Amino acid sequence: MRLSKEDIKRISDLARIELNEEDESLFAEQMSGILRIVNKLDKVDTSGMDQMVTPTGFTNVLREDIALPSLDPKEALFNAADREGAFFKVPRIIEVD
Amino acid sequence: MFEPVIGIEVHAQLKTESKLFCSCSARFGASPNSNTCPVCLGLPGTLPVLNKKAFEYGIRTALAFNCKVAEISGFDRKNYFYPDLPKNYQITQQASPVGVNGYLDVVIDDETRRIRIKRVHLEEDAGKSIHEGGDITGAVFSLEDYNRAGVPLLEIVSEPDIRSPKEAYEYLSMLRRTLLYLGVSDCKMEEGSLRCDVNISVRPKGSDSFGTLVELKNLNSFRAVERSLEYEVKRQSELASENKEIIRETRHWDEEGQTTVGMRRKGLAEDYRFFPDPDLPRLIIGESWIEKVRSDLPELPGERKARFIRDYELPEYDASLLTDTQQLADYFEEAAKEYGHAKTVSNWIMGELLRLMNVTGIGIESVKIRPCDLVAMLKMIDKGTISGKIAKTVFEEMFTQGKSPGDIVKEKGLVQIADEDELTKIVDLVIQDNQKVVEQVKAGKDRAIGFLVGQVMKETKGRANPQMVNELLRQRLAGEN
Amino acid sequence: MKLSELGAFELLPMIKRKEVSVEEATVGILNKIKAVDRDIQAYITVTNEHALQRAKEADLRLNEGKPPRPLEGLSVAIKDNICTKGIKTTGASVYLEDFVPPYDATVVRLLEDAGAIIVGKTNLDELAMGSSTESSAMFPTKNPWDLQRVPGGSSGGSAAAVIADEAVFALGSDTGGSIRQPAAFCGIVGLKPTYGLVSRYGLIGYASSMDQIGPMTKNVRDCAMLLNVIARHDPKDAQSYTGEPVDYTQFLIPDINEVIVGVPKEFLNKGLSKSVKDAFMKALNKLEGLGAKVVEVSLPHSDHALAAYYVISSAEASSNLARLDGIRYGYRAAGCEDSASMTAISRGKGFGSEVKRRIVLGTHILSKGNFEKYFNDALKIRSLIFRDFEKIFKECTCLVCPSSPTVAFRIGEKIRDPLEMYLSDVYTVPPNLAGLPGISIPCGFDEEGMPIGLQIITKQFDEATLLQVAYTFEQATDFHKKKPQLQKYDCGSESTRGDRNV
Ligand SMILES: [Zn+2]
Repeated sequence: MRLSKEDIKRISDLARIELNEEDESLFAEQMSGILRIVNKLDKVDTSGMDQMVTPTGFTNVLREDIALPSLDPKEALFNAADREGAFFKVPRIIEVD
Repeated sequence: MFEPVIGIEVHAQLKTESKLFCSCSARFGASPNSNTCPVCLGLPGTLPVLNKKAFEYGIRTALAFNCKVAEISGFDRKNYFYPDLPKNYQITQQASPVGVNGYLDVVIDDETRRIRIKRVHLEEDAGKSIHEGGDITGAVFSLEDYNRAGVPLLEIVSEPDIRSPKEAYEYLSMLRRTLLYLGVSDCKMEEGSLRCDVNISVRPKGSDSFGTLVELKNLNSFRAVERSLEYEVKRQSELASENKEIIRETRHWDEEGQTTVGMRRKGLAEDYRFFPDPDLPRLIIGESWIEKVRSDLPELPGERKARFIRDYELPEYDASLLTDTQQLADYFEEAAKEYGHAKTVSNWIMGELLRLMNVTGIGIESVKIRPCDLVAMLKMIDKGTISGKIAKTVFEEMFTQGKSPGDIVKEKGLVQIADEDELTKIVDLVIQDNQKVVEQVKAGKDRAIGFLVGQVMKETKGRANPQMVNELLRQRLAGEN
Repeated sequence: MKLSELGAFELLPMIKRKEVSVEEATVGILNKIKAVDRDIQAYITVTNEHALQRAKEADLRLNEGKPPRPLEGLSVAIKDNICTKGIKTTGASVYLEDFVPPYDATVVRLLEDAGAIIVGKTNLDELAMGSSTESSAMFPTKNPWDLQRVPGGSSGGSAAAVIADEAVFALGSDTGGSIRQPAAFCGIVGLKPTYGLVSRYGLIGYASSMDQIGPMTKNVRDCAMLLNVIARHDPKDAQSYTGEPVDYTQFLIPDINEVIVGVPKEFLNKGLSKSVKDAFMKALNKLEGLGAKVVEVSLPHSDHALAAYYVISSAEASSNLARLDGIRYGYRAAGCEDSASMTAISRGKGFGSEVKRRIVLGTHILSKGNFEKYFNDALKIRSLIFRDFEKIFKECTCLVCPSSPTVAFRIGEKIRDPLEMYLSDVYTVPPNLAGLPGISIPCGFDEEGMPIGLQIITKQFDEATLLQVAYTFEQATDFHKKKPQLQKYDCGSESTRGDRNV
């Protein structure tokens, strides 16, 4: 289960992080090491065990449907790198599949 | 011969006060980014808390579509990057939707077709991107408005059970009608509160295989769905009969050209990396909760139609039309109960009322005539206070003025003349002025009497009791012999 | 003793009796920060003006005769991954360098409502990913006991600030040991509460199913006082505990006669340094001497805890941090052609190596084909570990083990090897997986004078027992009273450097 540089490239695309070549090689090496250990989990007998998503297992937590005041758009937009009027502005969106 | 295999995914915005996971208003039409908060902007550190009403609307809809309601339901994260998605994951229900395995009965040409519903699940809506220049391909930048981000959506996915464009249209109409009856969504396609995606493939008739799936987008009305499907059925059938390849792709409906245009290959399926959202505890939907929601279910359109046919002895056509919306059905029922003769009420609603509503573009909820006014008017006809013909005038006045029929009749002096002496005078006058016609009647041309009746009505501006006029004319003409 | 050296339980009565004004107490801390933080670098932001303003308001309140609030006038440091309205919250990341939240974390609201004075935001490993505070994009924090060493992490800034008297107490966050390990490395008390006891609302999410905010204090009493204020149900966190609030100070009774202490045998083998083992053994003897019964127990699946932890935490982190996309807040790389590459380049430049590595790892784990193999498996192993603990708590009141296999290591010693660094959390990770509370308290020093921590673990929502055992041990020992030698700094002198203010 060794990850190649190309694997790292593909995964980092999915994670939408641009890595430099050096990081790609380094991560391939380091992640392969981590996965070697993780792969040992395969050997553990987990038959009959549930998947524990959270440890406390609370259920049915709901809030009443009440609308409360929102942020002032000025506050909402305050931290944006770019804006136009009351909109967040982004470079053009290219539809990719 | 090829037959289409069609499946439909509908997204309906739920009519809640607040968003699915935060307290921002879920209302349409606010100024850009004014319905946003740290949660729905996906600011670091914020957490979702589920809207109870939205979830119960999910159960409600699942029940209405005859689904099995999940014993344990939960939310998952669907991970993908898009600027209109603030967290870059959508909270949805992948593994345990609120309802599965339901169906919706649709009547087409007097035949009931059962379309199976695969799943009903809740998810959050994304924001809105405005592409500068209007066209995504030519845009230099885009503007993001997150007012819609986090608004509750219900996704209703059919099995590929639909076999014709018309069936698709009827399925959508029935689905929309049902959601409106349930009161869970406004279902306004023009505001985007109802959206649909359609999958279509074709196969040789009788085969149980599936062809290559094509997804249709940009369907802004049910008519667009029907037309785009008609186009696709033709296109795909032609390709198939020529043994040409049908490409698995998404096609865009071009309303102007009335054609579908290939957008992009579906290619490799996207990797959404679904996993259970650890921020949201699971929901255990016990029997008592289901029963509570079930007990609040309104009568659904199919049931109501059946009851109208049974209890009011209406023809199927009337019952269909009257149950198109809940408000119209309520209107009918209120009037019919008070008046007694349901078919008469139905005739007036389907005839005059719907005609006037069409002409004026007024919806049933804004009609000024109260059901009790309609009944009062019908009783005036029965009592002979007004004629059926005059009643149409009265009804129009009621529709525009919102006054009671009694007031209108009084104000306009439309009370029927049923006074024998008064009518006799007019009848005599008409006989005197129309001797030629009188001769014809006497010569046995019985039909000509209608002209004389018409003249009397003209003299009385339609207020004369037509039966009395008829009788009096006959008496007088007979007497002249 | 200087004013800044006082713990909460000593200072609060003085403020209540008006022997010390809130302003004096606050200025004392701010001066200490000015004097020592140039070397220790515990703080990313010092909120001088904000703190002084709040202090004056507090004095005004008290002078008007209003009753003092539970944490009146006590200076608190907040880990910089906890959102503070109007005060920069960076997560020690280039990506969030200029982020000013428009809202307060629930714990921040609770603290301020209780009268506490926020004096600053403390350093951490970038976005809480790390065990040494070296992965901070700002600067590494130094261990006040030895400036060549790390303070632990990720809440290293908070731990260092508390032991160096740069705050009365602090908040940290703990996903796999990030409160307890730095508490051990710096010789203070650090509590990771039961998952759900303290609201996560406003804590920059790392691994949502394990993240908890908790107190980091000079002693167990202060810990109970701080916990009293922050352990509240919060409707904004759907995983928040709905039980009634508890006054934890009422359990500060030095008595463990009925207590059965379990020692997991798996925790005493490989990787445990001799000095830590010695100190731990002495601590066990002490507990026995105090009346507790010590028994050996087994956590058979603990070997797999670290692997399961990295699978789950990386997966959750990859999703939680996807929102940092350069659009609504945070760093945006200039001159990008389209939105997708803008996000990719901004994230590439805005995140450090450790964060990128964990996001890429988490993305890999959740992707097609791996989800079942890694993620679902890890969640099942989590169940196994939970069950192991459940069994133990049928016979034991609590578990004890070292907080970390070693004392604080040297800066740069482990930063090159992530696996080596991860091993630092081997004793703290299992309670996070099972949602259990854990506390680290000082239990000794090694031959070089570096502090050693003892971890105590109880069943869920049994912080009362946890604090009682910890308090009993603390009262019978003097480890918590020892302070690092920082006397070369003249605390009374004027500012030696510019304020890092907002
Ligand atoms: Zn919101």
